[in-house]
Amino acid sequence: MRQFKGRVVVPGTCTAEALVSHGGFNTLASYQMALMFGDKKVRCGDQNNLDLYKRPMAGKALCLPMTIGSTTGGMVLYAACAMGRQPACMLFSMPIDSLAASGAILGAVWTDASMPVVDGLGEEFLDCVATGMTVTVGEDGVVIVG
Amino acid sequence: MYLTSEQQALLDGSRGEVMAKIVKTLIMYGETFGAERMVPVTGEYGHTVISFGLGVMEPVYDLFDQIIGAGIASGQRFTADPRPLDKSVPSSLLENLVFRRFMYSEQERFEAQLQRLGIKGDDAYTCACYLDEVGNLPKKGDVLSWAESSAVVYANSVLGARCNRNSGIIELMGSIAGFVPEFGLLTDEGRKATWMIDVTCSKKPEAQLLGSAIGMRVMEEVPYVRGLDRWLGGELTDDATAYLKDFGAATASNGAVGLYHIDGLTPEAKERGEALIAEGAKTYVIDDAELERVRRSYPVIWKNPKSKPELCFVGCPHLSLAQLETWTADVERGLNARGRERVAVPTVFTAPVRVIREFQKGDGYMRAKRMGIVLSPICPLMYMNNPLCKLKAVITSSNKLRTYTSAKYETEADVLDIICGGRR
Repeated sequence: MRQFKGRVVVPGTCTAEALVSHGGFNTLASYQMALMFGDKKVRCGDQNNLDLYKRPMAGKALCLPMTIGSTTGGMVLYAACAMGRQPACMLFSMPIDSLAASGAILGAVWTDASMPVVDGLGEEFLDCVATGMTVTVGEDGVVIVG
Repeated sequence: MYLTSEQQALLDGSRGEVMAKIVKTLIMYGETFGAERMVPVTGEYGHTVISFGLGVMEPVYDLFDQIIGAGIASGQRFTADPRPLDKSVPSSLLENLVFRRFMYSEQERFEAQLQRLGIKGDDAYTCACYLDEVGNLPKKGDVLSWAESSAVVYANSVLGARCNRNSGIIELMGSIAGFVPEFGLLTDEGRKATWMIDVTCSKKPEAQLLGSAIGMRVMEEVPYVRGLDRWLGGELTDDATAYLKDFGAATASNGAVGLYHIDGLTPEAKERGEALIAEGAKTYVIDDAELERVRRSYPVIWKNPKSKPELCFVGCPHLSLAQLETWTADVERGLNARGRERVAVPTVFTAPVRVIREFQKGDGYMRAKRMGIVLSPICPLMYMNNPLCKLKAVITSSNKLRTYTSAKYETEADVLDIICGGRR
């Protein structure tokens, strides 16, 4: 069991199965097909992301360095929150980027969805966590892996 | 965050609960990045990345209904990304049914919302809003509240305006409030380069391939690019700005670049040179082999990778007038060389409505039509956002389109060769 401390961007707690992207997470490319066609499991549609492509994302603890790509990213994340298709939480090894922050904040201010977001967990976090592991997020930004 | 008394009053509800939530959203956004204050939006127009009425994005339009219902409009008029539909673009009956009845069922509702919120006009739908013909051309130093990754990176890098990589919805909230949090690319420190890129290629690198390589490497950091002056020169000519438009779009979509500096060419690099490079900047050398490695790394996700191309898109981001003219002349030469009159693959050149209107004034438009080329203001990315397109072998010279869809990337020379009936 390993413990990591990050910064709370959106408060909340959860325990969920980890889904790990070692490369930048392209929000639009990952979500667009799944949201468009009502895929309740929200399978990742980004063919460039070999870690996640075709894997279900809904309800997972999404562990990633940062998000990349289109500036619709925040809007897409907001829509996922409003539809209840968001990840259980988003855990960033790096400082959060502006698009992911936008989506997380829009989700927090304008919807009832719960999606705790913690950033700055460090590179070691992504080295330690693997898809399928159990991840627990505390109110104080402490993330427990395993 | 420090708020002026006016901003505090808005947050406290002086203009209602919805406006207070808009301001709260902007404050949280700024505080996440350590912003200490809001700064006024000084650009004349905004630009929104949201131009599509996707049925599945209903929560987004419900949010806009809340805003409009509260009597709130944008404090500045704005342009928007290209529309997702255009009857002139080849599509099957099934695709038409899926597009209009299923996917974009909220299109009319959303366009009516944009009118209520303050869109600049019915012809203001393009990702290349900064082209002269479109007229959303910020001045150096202007603070913007834009979204659309290719437009933001162009405004920051080529025009010297200041804009963060805002998300859709947030950008309209900044335009509504008239202020945005000051952080990142709005600050001098945030505009310093943390990567030095040395381009040592033997010939002019393909803009969209070079941008892709840099984007994938530097992600959201700021690159300072040396070695392009051999081909681009030291002035922002039509050719140079078209190159930088396509280059930037690839850096922003294959990575998350919001600003780049080109040594001796872009405004801040001309003014400050290598003083823009932050201490400890990393270095990335790009030669012919590196570009080839990057190109070969792209997956081909056609159902049958050996299919013959069925459709070709050129213009993501939208083409400039000079690019339309060049592409038309190049296709003409290619067809003549092969004794053909019409393109071998249905081909769509995409450009802003206003650019296409200008193009119609010369003979290029009719020449392009005679060769079978479709000219459209559509967003090819939104056109391809459906599983039916995965069954279709679409080629493109756009690295952005490749990234988000099943389109296969080909260099401009290869696209030209294929559509003129050469390589199949």
